[in-house]
Amino acid sequence: MTLDAVLDIVAAVCLISGALLSLAAGVALVRFPDLLTRMHAAAKPQVLGLLLVLVGCALRLRTGVDITTLVLVGIFQLATAPVAAHMIGRAGYPHEEIRTDLLLTDELAAHLDRLAGERDEVRA
Amino acid sequence: MTTVAVTVTVLLAVAGGLTLSRIIRGPSILDRAVATDVLLAIIVAAIATEAAYSRDATALPVLVVLAVLGFVGSVSIARFATRRKSE
Amino acid sequence: MTPAEPVDPPNPPLSRSARHRNQIIAMTGLVTVWVLLWGTLSWANVISGLVVAAILIAVFPLPPVTFAGRIHPLGMLRFWRRFLSDLVVASAQIAWLALRPRHVPRSAIIAVPLRVNTDLNLTLTAEALTLVPGSLILEADRTTGTLFVHVIGVNSRDEVEQFRRSVYDLEARIIEAVGSADELRRVRTAGYPNPLAHLEGEPT
Repeated sequence: MTLDAVLDIVAAVCLISGALLSLAAGVALVRFPDLLTRMHAAAKPQVLGLLLVLVGCALRLRTGVDITTLVLVGIFQLATAPVAAHMIGRAGYPHEEIRTDLLLTDELAAHLDRLAGERDEVRA
Repeated sequence: MTTVAVTVTVLLAVAGGLTLSRIIRGPSILDRAVATDVLLAIIVAAIATEAAYSRDATALPVLVVLAVLGFVGSVSIARFATRRKSE
Repeated sequence: MTPAEPVDPPNPPLSRSARHRNQIIAMTGLVTVWVLLWGTLSWANVISGLVVAAILIAVFPLPPVTFAGRIHPLGMLRFWRRFLSDLVVASAQIAWLALRPRHVPRSAIIAVPLRVNTDLNLTLTAEALTLVPGSLILEADRTTGTLFVHVIGVNSRDEVEQFRRSVYDLEARIIEAVGSADELRRVRTAGYPNPLAHLEGEPT
């Protein structure tokens, strides 16, 4: 078997597993109960799935110029997905419908209560 | 490679459909922002698969733009959503 | 710097040389992105990249981030190896939770006061946390250096505490990759701090 054929097979495996992970992210988006759990789906399987597809693509194209572009896309994805998730989590946390009955503990609520208390003391 | 391309296309199409249903159902704008982010990643994956299948790198710069666009989109939605809440 | 004191100011004013160093780091990063975008390493690309980076830094000055440490290659390698395997485990876990029939995952929101309170460490830990199994960053408090983390797929208080320790392990790996000698010492001597003593948050 030639090197080209091996690379093609590895690329095919990467592409298919990446697509499977994207599908898992889609299923998780539909099935998870609230915003925060859905954000997990957007953060992890989506990022890894996309990275795998990019690796598969790079293995098929095999030229320097294209690989650097793909690397850049991958770096952007790794660097920005957590930041986007953080921003949405901050915007959504106290307001949106979060299934508190599914939470074992909520230490952020306690923290926000204390901050509000301190603010009231300053005002008084 | 054609079999692989077809499989990947079907998988991504189903994933895109599920994500789209979440965008339609909501319930909040933030849910939709999260789902849009995933949909954009699926589109990027589809374009990359097309490039891998045809060995044609023309579309790759589009991927860079899309990757950044998704981030800017969700961050601005998040800001907009918070500001409206505090009013 | 006072070790073991979590509330020292996170952003001490920068000296001239530190500011210079930050600019050089930012320039290098921007030029690297520029060269990757063009895809070929040539003098024309590097020089035009330098010009673009200089304009960008002059027009949009970056917020000062102190990079006090140095890069440890071995720690860096260890961090990346663990990070990539964590990313795979995390994706598999979410995929399993999503596909499992008739199961609603339970979660928790916990506070983790980090041992090293610098902007860089806070950012890196928060970013990495989002991509490792089970956790998602919700809120970061800069004055106390506390991260608020959403944890998915936990079933008991014990598992929550176990998870808190794994966050500290992640922080330690990051410090071993990019931390200064002082930060390294603090991470190694502090062990696992007791979060409830710091926060007094009653479980709800």
